[in-house]
Amino acid sequence: MRRRWRSRNWLTHLVLILGVAIFVFPVYVALIASTHTAETIARGDMPLVPGPLAATNYRQAFEEGQGEHVKAAPVRQMMVNSLIMALVIATGKIAISILSAFAVAFFEFPLRMFFFWMIFVTLMLPVEVRIIPTYAVVTNLHMVNTFAGLTIPLIASATATLIFRQFFLTVPDEMVDAAKIDGAGPMRFFWNILLPLSSSTVAALFVILFIYGWNQYLWPLLITTSDNMSTIVIGITKMIGTRDAQTDWQIIMATAVLAMLPPVAIVIVMQRWFVKGLVESEK
Amino acid sequence: MQRRAIFDNKVLPYALLAPQLAVTLVFFFWPAGQALYLSVMRQDPFGQRTTFVWFENFTNVLGDPFYLGSLRITVLFSAAVIVLAMGSGLLLAVTADRQIRGAGIYKTLLMWPYAVAPAVAASLWLFIFHPAVGILGRNLVRLGVHWDYALNGAQALLLVILAAAWKQVSYNFIFFLAGLQSIPKSVLEAASVDGAASRQRFWNVVFPLLSPTTFFLLVVNVTYAFFDTFGVVHALTGGGPGKATETLIYKVYTDGVVNLDLGGSSAQSVILLLVVIALTAVQFRYIERRVHY
Repeated sequence: MRRRWRSRNWLTHLVLILGVAIFVFPVYVALIASTHTAETIARGDMPLVPGPLAATNYRQAFEEGQGEHVKAAPVRQMMVNSLIMALVIATGKIAISILSAFAVAFFEFPLRMFFFWMIFVTLMLPVEVRIIPTYAVVTNLHMVNTFAGLTIPLIASATATLIFRQFFLTVPDEMVDAAKIDGAGPMRFFWNILLPLSSSTVAALFVILFIYGWNQYLWPLLITTSDNMSTIVIGITKMIGTRDAQTDWQIIMATAVLAMLPPVAIVIVMQRWFVKGLVESEK
Repeated sequence: MQRRAIFDNKVLPYALLAPQLAVTLVFFFWPAGQALYLSVMRQDPFGQRTTFVWFENFTNVLGDPFYLGSLRITVLFSAAVIVLAMGSGLLLAVTADRQIRGAGIYKTLLMWPYAVAPAVAASLWLFIFHPAVGILGRNLVRLGVHWDYALNGAQALLLVILAAAWKQVSYNFIFFLAGLQSIPKSVLEAASVDGAASRQRFWNVVFPLLSPTTFFLLVVNVTYAFFDTFGVVHALTGGGPGKATETLIYKVYTDGVVNLDLGGSSAQSVILLLVVIALTAVQFRYIERRVHY
């Protein structure tokens, strides 16, 4: 009995280690590649241990973003662009959603449900299915190659509105009554009571939306045509270009590692919020 | 549903809703309307004149062998990604749910790929399977396999599936794990007491109890495979070689943005829109049913 239990335990670890290994393997290879010379990689006999050039390659990617064969904006600049995009999308989505959820949950006014449904149906329109007309609108508003064009069209979020509304409906009526008796107006109630109560929901949503913003692809591909507006995820594809063997793979892989770093770090550091945000945003 | 205690104000709620509604109107409803409009119009080659053509764009699209080919590829691609990502996610979740040492560390180590952008995942796998420099690609060639995903359509599709599924396993893992943890321990103990072996216990007790999670994940994974994998295809193969990895969403992009066929591309957008609406409807029917239980 005891022996069987132990053998199952062993199998459990084996399956999990195998899973982790399959996840880590591509990242490990990228890390190794980012420490070798382009020649070592192009010869096709890159070893599986780190080379001597980590500092050089990362500095070159970060400061210049190009080698002999690839041409892109410095990774530093692309990371700043990605960071601005991710932060604006995450905070913007949270801000406009929490306000509209507040309106829908705490007021009674004509057309309330109509507006609610109007926001709700946008759940069914992912940006991918309305790319060309949305792009046309952004062009007409002269927002191509601007941060406004990059972020504002992605800011409306039915999901965040629904989550906040759901949470607001659980706030006890007594709290609203107490605030009213104390003479607090609706905005005072919002700032001093509702917002602090929502902090864990805000944190959880922030993690999910930051990752969503950082990892955007199709939209920045259309909206950013100049190199200095490029985001890092787009930058990698531009660097890979024609997929030749003779390219600066060490720079491309260093860039890939840098592109993964912020969202992965957030998931690991804020794991609790991340799981909460993920599981709640999909209810 | 509305709460009892509410505030009284005639103007404020509209002001609070204004930013969300403005963005929604300008960037959702207006473009969606445009897509519907363009899908029933035809532009002459010089963009001078547009004529109303009823459903001609739709019949053209649906009669186009390239579109049907793309549909076939999308179905194949999606089915493979879903089976791989959900299967591995379930296996890992069931394993990580056992009482073992280091379970917390395993969970963290199995969650992070969710945060990797699909296009970045694609670039990692591209580098590994590159026929000349890739650590696996060049060894396949050395072993005598004619491995070159840039020339061989089936290999390209395989690689796109691999990269897309790799990134999605974590998502399924997290949800399956949450589903497993919500199953009451007493149910499992009862099954053990009744003498059910662990495999029986899984298929007869655990798996049926997980069915809401499985169903939900199925819908999410279909959405992922249809729409969110654009970056994987764009970074890895660009739809090629030939049209071997051109999924429906990629075709909307090439026809509209690269080939500037607005009518055809809009008709494709509308068809995809119907797919999304159908998926959402299915999901809601199911959520309603769950509420009744």
